[in-house]
Amino acid sequence: MRTESTHDIAAPFSRRRWLAATAGLVLGLASFTGAKAADDTIKVGVLHSLSGTMAISETTLKDTVLFLIDEQNKKGGLLGKKLEAVVVDPASNWPLFAEKARELITKNKVAVVFGCWTSVSRKSVLPVFKELNSILFYPVQYEGEESERNVFYTGAAPNQQAIPAVDYLMKDEKVKRWVLAGTDYVYPRTTNKILEAYLKSKGVKQEDIMINYTPFGHSDWQTIVADIKKFGSAGKKTAVVSTINGDANVPFYKELGNQGIKATDIPVVAFSVGEEELAGIDTKPLLGHLAAWNYFQSIKSPENEKFIKAWQAYTKNPKRVTNDPMEAHVIGFDMWVKAVEKVKSTDPDKVIDALPGIEAKNLTGGVSKMLPNHHITKPVFIGEIKGNGQFDVVWKTKDLVPGDAWSKELEGSRDLIGDWVGKKCGNFNVKTNKCLGSGS
Amino acid sequence: MLANLLDRFRTFALALLLTAYAVPAFAGAFEDAVAKFANDDFSDTEEAIGVVASSGNPLAHPIISALQDGRLMADPDSKKVYVTGTDGKSIDAITGEAVASVPDSASAVRLNNRLRRGVEAAVGGLTLLSPDLATRLQAAQSVFKSHEEAALPVVESALAKETNKAAKTALGEARAAIILFKSDASEQDKLEAVATIKARGDQEALALLTGIGGDQPATVSKAAASAISSIQSSLAMWSGVQNAWYGLSLGSVLLLAAIGLAITFGVMGVINMAHGEMVMLGAYTTFVVQEVIRTSYPGAFDYSLLIAVPLAFLVAGGVGVLIERSIIRFLYGRPLETLLATWGLSLVLQQAVRTLFGPTNREVGAPSWMSGAFELGQITVTYNRLWILCFTLAVFAILLAMLRYTALGLEMRAVTQNRRMAASMGIATSRVDALTFGLGSGIAGIAGVALSQIDNVSPNLGQSYIIDSFMVVVFGGVGNLWGTLVGALSLGIANKFLEPVAGAVLGKIAILVLIILFIQKRPRGLFALKGRAVEA
Repeated sequence: MRTESTHDIAAPFSRRRWLAATAGLVLGLASFTGAKAADDTIKVGVLHSLSGTMAISETTLKDTVLFLIDEQNKKGGLLGKKLEAVVVDPASNWPLFAEKARELITKNKVAVVFGCWTSVSRKSVLPVFKELNSILFYPVQYEGEESERNVFYTGAAPNQQAIPAVDYLMKDEKVKRWVLAGTDYVYPRTTNKILEAYLKSKGVKQEDIMINYTPFGHSDWQTIVADIKKFGSAGKKTAVVSTINGDANVPFYKELGNQGIKATDIPVVAFSVGEEELAGIDTKPLLGHLAAWNYFQSIKSPENEKFIKAWQAYTKNPKRVTNDPMEAHVIGFDMWVKAVEKVKSTDPDKVIDALPGIEAKNLTGGVSKMLPNHHITKPVFIGEIKGNGQFDVVWKTKDLVPGDAWSKELEGSRDLIGDWVGKKCGNFNVKTNKCLGSGS
Repeated sequence: MLANLLDRFRTFALALLLTAYAVPAFAGAFEDAVAKFANDDFSDTEEAIGVVASSGNPLAHPIISALQDGRLMADPDSKKVYVTGTDGKSIDAITGEAVASVPDSASAVRLNNRLRRGVEAAVGGLTLLSPDLATRLQAAQSVFKSHEEAALPVVESALAKETNKAAKTALGEARAAIILFKSDASEQDKLEAVATIKARGDQEALALLTGIGGDQPATVSKAAASAISSIQSSLAMWSGVQNAWYGLSLGSVLLLAAIGLAITFGVMGVINMAHGEMVMLGAYTTFVVQEVIRTSYPGAFDYSLLIAVPLAFLVAGGVGVLIERSIIRFLYGRPLETLLATWGLSLVLQQAVRTLFGPTNREVGAPSWMSGAFELGQITVTYNRLWILCFTLAVFAILLAMLRYTALGLEMRAVTQNRRMAASMGIATSRVDALTFGLGSGIAGIAGVALSQIDNVSPNLGQSYIIDSFMVVVFGGVGNLWGTLVGALSLGIANKFLEPVAGAVLGKIAILVLIILFIQKRPRGLFALKGRAVEA
């Protein structure tokens, strides 16, 4: 140790240093809120983390909303006014999401907010949107079990992603043994609970299901991959259903590749791995591993080709990839614009009432519809990873699948529906004919 | 050569004709089958694979192996199918004639996992007699996995010709696997097959034996059950070795991440929260080096890491010296302020990298000598982990030698032991401070090169290692490099033995609790410094 370390660590900061720090803070805040805009614009809030752990996924979504606003303004704006984006950075800090949401609604007076990625950030802003009566479009696949008046869920509910994927493996790959691997937080835990109930209802025995959770950002996968290998050597076809969160996927797939587990032996189907996540890995050893989404960049449709071209031109990057949550924002934005045009106002109550029933083209050649439970109809695709970091669609649903706010597989949510049109209730029990109301 | 080849294929076709599985290779069937590849329909492709593989046509092997590598091109408009060779030249898949170019409307025939398995089995059957030993071994392995009855005659003829011992064993195992699942094989043959597979003794053998089902003769089921339990008990023994190896490998990663901190925090006493960002800078240096190599000198890719190591040391070390000169030297002896300043600095560095390189992960490839794995007994040892372990130990040894035998090392030790005395002996203490901090940061940069091989290269890379690094240094004993070594390895091994029992999340918590308890008992860590330096 150093010999001079006798300084009192409790000594107060000098006043000058405090002053400097405060000045810096004030300057920083001012640069965010200083841009006061004229009243002849409609403001659109963008609540995505631009720093911290989630920046990796959410920065692209911020760019997507800015791109959509730009496109809309080129078409002449909305209700004769220009749209104006208000971007804030909640910095992957869940309580800060609530603060920033409040700032957007009360201070910047935004008409609508597009934002959030993790379920915990959504749960953190919910009370703010309810209290201040504003609108949130949430673009990410999530665990379901929720239907709120102020939130519109444009990502997939479990029945639009997890269940079809398991069905595909069961029918096409004849999988008999299942590893449910996930990061330890609410989305994987709820999804795995639903999947476990579903698998058991299909006659899969308890000993043929292995559930494994890992911490956020887990990087040492040796033991778990070896366990999967061992679990897979019981003479029955085995598959891994992965709800592993974004960042931890890269070392997981690297370890799979290095230990020589090929998709032809034990396929891994992932719910959180898209084009963006694969951009960081050499995908050749991953050939044939699967992902289930409602959109892939490789899907050929005129809408998709047009969108990819415009997006790459907007970002000035001919290699920039697109992904599923981006498409969700595209659909959500379109639906909001249509609803506002329908009621000729951005008043939240009017727009919320107008949204169910609104239809918007999705990028895969279909038309998605906003349902009374504030979820949308979506097609489901299963894609296999190709050598170039893209997906090859090997299976898709015939029709669009309506999103279930409440899972039919779970005890306790089986009889619930969300209906904001007829029943005006997010958790209506069809058996007892009662609305459970808020608080559950 | 050609005659030999034709002869081989004739044997194969004949062999297949003898079995019920084979489709008679009458004229037209092959052509029709090949044309089916152009339909872009998985069930058509599956059918075509079956017919082509058993057709005995000399083009069967080129077609199937091109299909496997995505080199089989099909034109949906003209229904023509082409084989593009590895040399870029193409031939017509039906006639075998060379074509000048494949039309633009043609695209590679798509596969899914089910088809890929079929292709693997077909290639296995077609290459069992390949002159290349490695190809034969792989073919035997894929036949072992698919254990299609149709392949039995080929396996047996290959077995009769085989001279290489390893290939003979592999073929024998493949034969045993087929016989085990063959419904009309005699009981005696099946018992022998069980014994052969039992001798193989790995997880795949286990999978095969567990999967034979209940419709076997009683003696075979009994023999299989006893083989299963004997394989299982040997695998259980190996799993202890495996855990120890995983622990060593995790420990080496911890050591590599912590070793730089052992200098800046352990030796200098600076609570350096930006340590992780130095690791990140090293990883990004690797990325930049690989980008330059990819665009300018693609042939040198295998050396990219060797080039990146000194560069990462210089980049991270340079940034370290800069930080020490501009910030940390004003804060010596004020731990709280150093902590806040370096933490702020870590955020600044993260955001700077995010702005410069973007928030998404960057792809750092693995050179060929770091990819893959080999089997050691019944455990899988991956090359990247093995190299990282060797690399870490080398870095540790060099660092130790540097501190011990060089002038700079002597000065560093002198300044840390008694600053005032060292200063009065004429050592420029502030210069030594800057160099020591630079050394610690540079080593963190080197760690980044290695960690880029197993983790994400993203702006958050450093954050995931900072807590573990402090844990290792504090546990091992501040100011003692050997303590860091022992601390890192024992934490790694403890973690890996806890993980199978408690799960990854609980395992990590248990380790933290154990360290807290340990620090209560021995506040100075495993290897506490003694003597005057401590009291001062």
